Amino acid sequence: MLDANLTKQLRQIVGEKHYRDDQEALVSHSYDGTPMLQSLPDGVIYPENTDQVSQIMKALAAYKVPVVSRGSGSNLCGGTVPVQGGVVMVMHRMNKIIEVDMENLTATVQTGKITAEFTAHIESLGLFYPPDPSSMKISTIGGNIAECSGGLRGLKYGTTKDYVIGLEAVLASGEIIRTGGKLMKDVAGYDLTKLLVGSEGTLAIITEATLKLVPPPAFKKTMLAMFKDLYGAARTVSRIIEMKIIPATLEFMDNPTIRVVDDFAKLGLPLDMEAILLIEQDGDPEAVERDIAKIREICELEKADRVEVAETREHAEKLLTARRSAFTALARLRPTTILEDATVPRSRIADMVLRINEIALKYKVSIATFGHAGDGNLHPTATTDARDKEEVHRVEQAFEEIFEAAIELGGTITGEHGVGLVKAPFLEWKVGRAGMDVMRGIKLAFDPHNLLNPGKMFAKETRKRVVIERG
Amino acid sequence: MVNPDTLLTIPKKPDIEHANPLSRTMLAKLDYDQLTNCMRCGFCLPACPTFRETGLEPESPRGRIALMKAVVDGVMDPDQAFEDQMNHCLGCRACEPACPADVKYGQLIEQTRDAIEDHAEHSAPVKGLRKLFFKGVFPHRGSLKWMGRSLALYQKSGLRRVARGTGLMKLFPEHLREMESILPDATGKGVVERIGTVYPAKGEKIARVALFRGCIMDVMFADTNVNTVKLLSEAGFEVVIPNDQVCCGALHAHSGEMDQARGLARTNLKVFKEAGVEHIVSNAGGCGALLVEYDHLLHEDPEHAELAVWFAESVIDVSRLLVERGRLPEFADADVHSGQSVKITYQDSCHLRNVMKSSDAPRRLMKQVANVSFVEMKEADRCCGSAGIYNVTQPEMAGQILEHKMAHANETEARYLLTSNPGCLLQMKLGVEKHGVSDRMEVKHVVDFLYERIAGRTDDK
Repeated sequence: MLDANLTKQLRQIVGEKHYRDDQEALVSHSYDGTPMLQSLPDGVIYPENTDQVSQIMKALAAYKVPVVSRGSGSNLCGGTVPVQGGVVMVMHRMNKIIEVDMENLTATVQTGKITAEFTAHIESLGLFYPPDPSSMKISTIGGNIAECSGGLRGLKYGTTKDYVIGLEAVLASGEIIRTGGKLMKDVAGYDLTKLLVGSEGTLAIITEATLKLVPPPAFKKTMLAMFKDLYGAARTVSRIIEMKIIPATLEFMDNPTIRVVDDFAKLGLPLDMEAILLIEQDGDPEAVERDIAKIREICELEKADRVEVAETREHAEKLLTARRSAFTALARLRPTTILEDATVPRSRIADMVLRINEIALKYKVSIATFGHAGDGNLHPTATTDARDKEEVHRVEQAFEEIFEAAIELGGTITGEHGVGLVKAPFLEWKVGRAGMDVMRGIKLAFDPHNLLNPGKMFAKETRKRVVIERG
Repeated sequence: MVNPDTLLTIPKKPDIEHANPLSRTMLAKLDYDQLTNCMRCGFCLPACPTFRETGLEPESPRGRIALMKAVVDGVMDPDQAFEDQMNHCLGCRACEPACPADVKYGQLIEQTRDAIEDHAEHSAPVKGLRKLFFKGVFPHRGSLKWMGRSLALYQKSGLRRVARGTGLMKLFPEHLREMESILPDATGKGVVERIGTVYPAKGEKIARVALFRGCIMDVMFADTNVNTVKLLSEAGFEVVIPNDQVCCGALHAHSGEMDQARGLARTNLKVFKEAGVEHIVSNAGGCGALLVEYDHLLHEDPEHAELAVWFAESVIDVSRLLVERGRLPEFADADVHSGQSVKITYQDSCHLRNVMKSSDAPRRLMKQVANVSFVEMKEADRCCGSAGIYNVTQPEMAGQILEHKMAHANETEARYLLTSNPGCLLQMKLGVEKHGVSDRMEVKHVVDFLYERIAGRTDDK
C-alpha cells in the first residue's frame, strides 16, 4: 500500500481518472507477454505529457516508490512485471506524432504511439521506418526503444538502435534530459541516446523520440529454398553474405518447425527437409533481379532440394505464409509457449541449431527453432504446460544450457527480447564481472535509489531462474 | 510431440476451496485449459473495440482473461467492477482470429457471464423482463408473432404518433428513444405465412436447403427472409422453412442463460434433421455464429453431441452458399445517374466474419452487380457497437463506437451501406439517422440489395 499523501499527489498530477489502485487495474497490470510471471503493483498511472511524468517522478522519488514504465506490455523477458510492486506507468496516452520533418527525414513522436500506427503514417508520406518486431501491431515506439527491438529486417536495415537519433527522457529525480537531435553526426560527450536505447526502463523514462527515416525500397522479390542438409542451408547463408549480397530478409525454419507449420497451415511442405530459408531482397528492380539470380545459384550450388522464386505478389504471400505461421503454429501445440532469442555469429547457425536439438533431446522437451538466419538470431521455442512444474523445470534447464551454448559459440543470451527478469541471472555470462560492475555504476549514476524498474537486468544471484507466484 | 504420461500428471484446475460463491461457480464452469492457453502476447489488443476506445488493459481480451483467471486462481475476489467489466465486452470476437494460440475467448466470456448470472440478484422489474423475454417471448413462436403484431399495431394504429407527439417516449432514456425511432415496420406475418414451408428451385435443383428464419429477422425483417428464399431459389436451391424451428439461443447464451440456450438448440437439432436438407442457411451473422457452435454448446450432452456436430457442419451463411454452390443470376443496378456507377460499401457482421468466417463471400457477391462500384470502408471489420443487445445495455460505449464507425462510412460516400445481420442493420440505420446523412445513404441487408437487382426479375412480391 502506498502512502495516502502520495496517492493524493499522484491523483492531483494526472487527474482522478488517470491514477488507479482498484483491484481490476492492479491485476491487469501484473503481467506482460512473458509466460509464468505475475506480480501485483500498488498503483497504475497514465500520464498525458512529459511535465506530468516529471512531477510523478518527483513525487515517487520523495517516497522512494519504484516505477515500471511500459507501453503495451508485450515483451518476452518479464521486463514490465512489477516484481517489487510500486507504480506501473502506462504511456498509451502519450501517443502523438509531434512532427515529420521532410527536409531532415526525421519523425518526432511521443513514446506511447503504437509502432504499426506510426509506420502506417510514415509510409503514407512515402517514407520508411524499417524496424518491424513481430509485435509491432500492438507494441509502442517507447517499448521498442526500451527493449531495442529487432525484427525481420535487421540484417539489412539494422534494429531500433540504428534509427533513434534523439530522445527526451525523465530521470528518477524528475529532471528532464534531452539527448541527440535531428543530427546524423553528434559526438558531444557520451552517447546517451544509444545508452538509453535498450535500457529496459532501468535508467530513465523515455517520453519522446526523434527517429531517422529512409526512402522506401522500390521493388521486392521473395524466394524459398529447402535443404535436406542443415549445413547446406547454413553455408548458403554465409555464402550469400560472402558474395556481398545483403538480403532484406533471410529467415530460417528447422525441421520440427516445418512439421508443425505444415500441420497447421496445410502448405504441403516436404517433411524430410532439415531447413527452409525464406529470402527477400528489395531495392531497384535490376539490382534485385541480379541478387535473386545469384542467391538462387548459391542455393543450387549448396544442393538445395528445391528453390522457388515468387513471380507474383500472391505467390510471394504464399511463400511468406510458412514463416509467418511459425509462431502461431507452435503456440497452438501446448498451453505454454516459451520463446527465447539466443543469438550467434551467423557462421555458427548450423552448430547452434544442432546443439539446441541435442539439448531438447537430453531434457526430453519439445523445442522447435526458427528465426532470423541472416543476423544469427534464433528463436528456440519450447512448448510446454505451465501447470506441469516438473516439465517446466526441465525446460528451464534446457534453456540454461542453450544460453551456455550460445555464449560458447561466440554469441549472446538475447538478441532482441532483452534481459528483463528472465535473463538477468545469465547476464554476467555474457558481459563478465567487470562488465557487470560498469553497468551497475551506470545504473547508480542514473538512478541512485534503484526506483526505475528494480529487479530487472541485475539479478541478486547469477544463474538461477526466478519464478514468482502463479502465472 | 506431447508425451501423454506427462499430461496425466497435470492438474486440470487449481486445487482451491473458494470462500466466494461466484469464484466457486467460475472455477467449476470456466475451461481452465483455455485460461492457461492465453499466453498474454497482447496480439488481441488492437483487434478489440473496447480497448481501442479506452486504451485500458482491463478493457481488452487479454485483460479480461487475466481477470477471469485471477478470480479462478484466488488472486482476487470478483466485485461489482469485475461483473461490469465482463458485461462491457461486446462479444464481437474479433480477438479470436487475432490470437496466435487460438484461445476460445467467446466461450470464456459466455462461461463467465453464465456464472455471474447464477449469482445475479436482479431487481424485481429486471427479473421480470428477463423472464418475459428469455423464457416467455424468444423460445415461443406464438409469443413472437404476438409481439410482432402488437408492435405493428403500435406503429400503424397511430399509437406511435400519439406516443411521440405527447412526449410519452420522453419517459424512456435517450438511446431507447433513438432505437424506437429507427425500428422498421414489424409484422405478425413471417416468411412461412407469406410463402409456405417449401419453395421450389428455379431450373435444375442443385440442393435442398433449409432456412433458419431467426426471431428478430422474422418479425422485423420478414421481407429479407422472403427475399433470401427467393434469391436461393433463383440460384437453384429448393428451400424448406421448417415451421417448428425455434430461436437459436444466441441472446440467451450471451446473457448467461446457458441452460435455456441448450434447450432451444436441442429442439432445432430435431426439427432440422427431420427436414432432410444438405445445408442450413442463415442470413443473420448473430444467429449463424451460435448455430455453427451447437457442437460446442452440446459437447457435454452425449445424447445430442453427434447430431450437434452434424448440425454445426451443415450451417452456412447465405452469401457463402450462393458463391460456392449457387447458379448466380445476373445482378444489375437500374439506377444509373449520368452513366456513373452507384457506390456501395459493406459493414461486416462480427459474428459472420470472426465465427462463421464469411467475409469474402458477401463482398464477392456485391462486386458482381453491374453499374455498381464497391468501396471498402475503413475498418469495416470492426464492430459497429450493436452487438446483440449491447447498444441497449451499454449505450455510452456503443455510441462512441458508432460515431467512429459513421466517420468511416461517410468517407466512402456510398449510396448504400450493406450489412448481413439485423442488429448491425439497425445500428447502422441509427448511425445514418444520428449523423444526418439519411438523405444520401441507405442501409440495407445484402440479400435485399441483391434480390432487388436480379436482372429481368419478374416475380415481384
